[in-house]
Amino acid sequence: MGKLQAGYLFPEIARRRAAHLSKNPDAQVISLGIGDTTEPIPDVITNAMAERARALSTVEGYSGYGAEQGEKKLRSAIASTYYKGLGIDESDIFVSDGAKCDISRLQVLFGSGVKIAVQDPSYPAYVDSSVIMGQTGLYDNQRYASIEYMRCDPQNGFFPDLSLISNADVIFFCSPNNPTGSAASREQLTQLVQYAKKTGSIIVYDSAYAMYISDDSPKSIYEIDGAREVAIEISSFSKYAGFTGVRLGWTVVPKELLFSDGFPVAKDFNRIVCTCFNGASNIAQAGGLACLSPEGLKAMQSTINFYKENTQIIMDTFTKLGFNVYGGKNAPYVWVHFPGRSSWDVFAEILEKANVVTTPGSGFGPGGEGFVRVSAFGHRENVLEASRRMSQLYK
Amino acid sequence: MEKLRNGFLFPEIGKRQVAHMVKYPNAEVISLGVGNTTEPIPSVVTKAMAEYALALSTHEGYRGYGAEQGDKRLRETIAEKMYANMGINGSEVFISDGAQCDIARLQMLFGSNMTIAVQDPTFPGYVDMGIIMGQTGEYDDKLNKYKGIEYLRCEPRNNFFPDFSKVPRTDIIFFCSPNNPTGQAASREQLKELVEVAKLNGSIIVYDSAYSSYICDDSPRSIYEIPGAKEVAIEISSFSKFAGFTGVRLGWAVVPAELSYSGGFPVLRDFDRIVCTSFNGASCISQIGGLACLSDEGFKAIKDVIGVYRENAKIIVDTFASLGKEVYGGVNSPYAWVHFPGRKSWDVFTEILEETHIITVPGCGFGPGGEGFVRVGAFNRRECILEASRRFRSYFG
Repeated sequence: MGKLQAGYLFPEIARRRAAHLSKNPDAQVISLGIGDTTEPIPDVITNAMAERARALSTVEGYSGYGAEQGEKKLRSAIASTYYKGLGIDESDIFVSDGAKCDISRLQVLFGSGVKIAVQDPSYPAYVDSSVIMGQTGLYDNQRYASIEYMRCDPQNGFFPDLSLISNADVIFFCSPNNPTGSAASREQLTQLVQYAKKTGSIIVYDSAYAMYISDDSPKSIYEIDGAREVAIEISSFSKYAGFTGVRLGWTVVPKELLFSDGFPVAKDFNRIVCTCFNGASNIAQAGGLACLSPEGLKAMQSTINFYKENTQIIMDTFTKLGFNVYGGKNAPYVWVHFPGRSSWDVFAEILEKANVVTTPGSGFGPGGEGFVRVSAFGHRENVLEASRRMSQLYK
Repeated sequence: MEKLRNGFLFPEIGKRQVAHMVKYPNAEVISLGVGNTTEPIPSVVTKAMAEYALALSTHEGYRGYGAEQGDKRLRETIAEKMYANMGINGSEVFISDGAQCDIARLQMLFGSNMTIAVQDPTFPGYVDMGIIMGQTGEYDDKLNKYKGIEYLRCEPRNNFFPDFSKVPRTDIIFFCSPNNPTGQAASREQLKELVEVAKLNGSIIVYDSAYSSYICDDSPRSIYEIPGAKEVAIEISSFSKFAGFTGVRLGWAVVPAELSYSGGFPVLRDFDRIVCTSFNGASCISQIGGLACLSDEGFKAIKDVIGVYRENAKIIVDTFASLGKEVYGGVNSPYAWVHFPGRKSWDVFTEILEETHIITVPGCGFGPGGEGFVRVGAFNRRECILEASRRFRSYFG
């Protein structure tokens, strides 16, 4: 624990936001920082949750402990909705209370003796959980010793040069990427899978933003041949259904995924799940099932489209101002380049002068320095107002 | 992971139950095994959760990410209601999705280099999590113990409280009261001794008070009733057995500001970091349910449900007592701990299952100190409890 730097990124940003507000109590601060969903959850989903809650007051409807792996119907619906034809069935699905929690449980599974590789920049939880598990050395020069940081930047099309990296036991790969917004192509993911096969690494593929993809980039790692033997996939209802507070996600551990001694990873993960966890809330799971009904899927897509429109507005704003802007097409994040500037300085400038919260790129790793992540989660009028203020600030 | 023995206790019981039901398809199996609550949740609570869920479909009512430590009002209400006059405030209360998850996060906090002591017998989760974190050595089949863990024997002879003079120091002491599986609630004197031992040894107590709402005498409901406990103890608890939230998922951990590592660094800060990195808060809907449970109306309704289980426990205790069996617990706890001297607990489990079609829990599943005992739970519908009582009387009478 002593190795961890300061606070986890997002509480730190919240602290700075609070400090700014206390200095400027009348400021109308708009947050495009933490990727916190803002639009209401569709009725079909909340109705199902309300019904399940009420049923818990009846003898017929009451349920106590559920299976730690999740309710059968939900596991089945996840498999058939997102993994049809990909050789993944319901028994490979583990329902959780969200991707962040799954990442930690996976790290507990891997233990302290593994070396991880992460994209640079990437979602901070992979690195922070690695430090907590004792997988890393000390922090120095913006990096933890023993972690392989795979640079992803405009020059390499946000896909790492795999020939340059040293072997890692576990490779965390997020696509569409948080924070860069880049979605890996079929060719790139094929390379990644082949690389993992060769080195005997396990890929932890974070597909939490897959439904934001606009082109034909793969939505699941299992679209790639051979992926079932090398990859775990994690995902979440947070950014699809606005379940950031409700808490629901899932992890796929295919039967074909084995440790080097031939032992199925799913068996060990199941044991972790049964020991460290007691299942996602039954009410949240009822909501998840409703999400995957035809009406629910349609409603989720509608909300996602709304955020995608926000993303377009933000992209257009920064592009018109002459910035180099990345991401945005396949993800609700816009990755704006401020060459030669410290990202925390840019963060502070945007907060102080425009009262807009963003996320400094260096919070996602040294490869994020010089960039700022602008998230598209917000009410339309706030996104428009924030865009106006940016245009003023950087005209 | 290889050290974990095949068949965690309750899945193993589940397997045997399934096999039994295949063998006797017409038998009405009654489960007094896993402590799975059966009584519906009071409607004042579910109504609050349903309303909150529906409000998530409105602009005014929608909420995204909550604080990882939990809803401020819930944290404060728990401090006020459960820790009144104990000097615990809301900022020391961390809302979770249940005690099992908190145990895992605490073990992550402690890391692999800590030595742990557990009561023997005890809830298997503390040991299993310790194994996963690498705190233990190999399993000794003959002794039914893992090397590297201190097992604190709790049995009728020592009033179910360990003799600490015979036990080496450990960094962490897991202590559950009222105890699962023995049903014993530690006395004020016993807990004073526990706190003294921890102070003397520089140990941290992880005090599991998940069943404290079942206490009906003046046994302490919280470790913080003991002076000095705030400097040595973390307390975990849960809405599972309190409010029937076994599926809804809600609990809490108290980490007092006064609790420090030997270097003086506050444990609370590290735990906060673990919570912020490994967790994203309990479900907002569950948390609203929790608040409703702690309202005056909710609390009263919850107590009524607990009363049902307490009455169930009394029926079970009276049944075994009237059959001349040595029975412990069941008074401050929903678990009765029945002694079958000289017999193996899995044999007793099997005999009871075969002959009465009732699922219990073999005591050795909770540690070597559980051998010769069987845990009989009070979590079932009243008619099943009464039927089970009839069958016990018929078979053992």
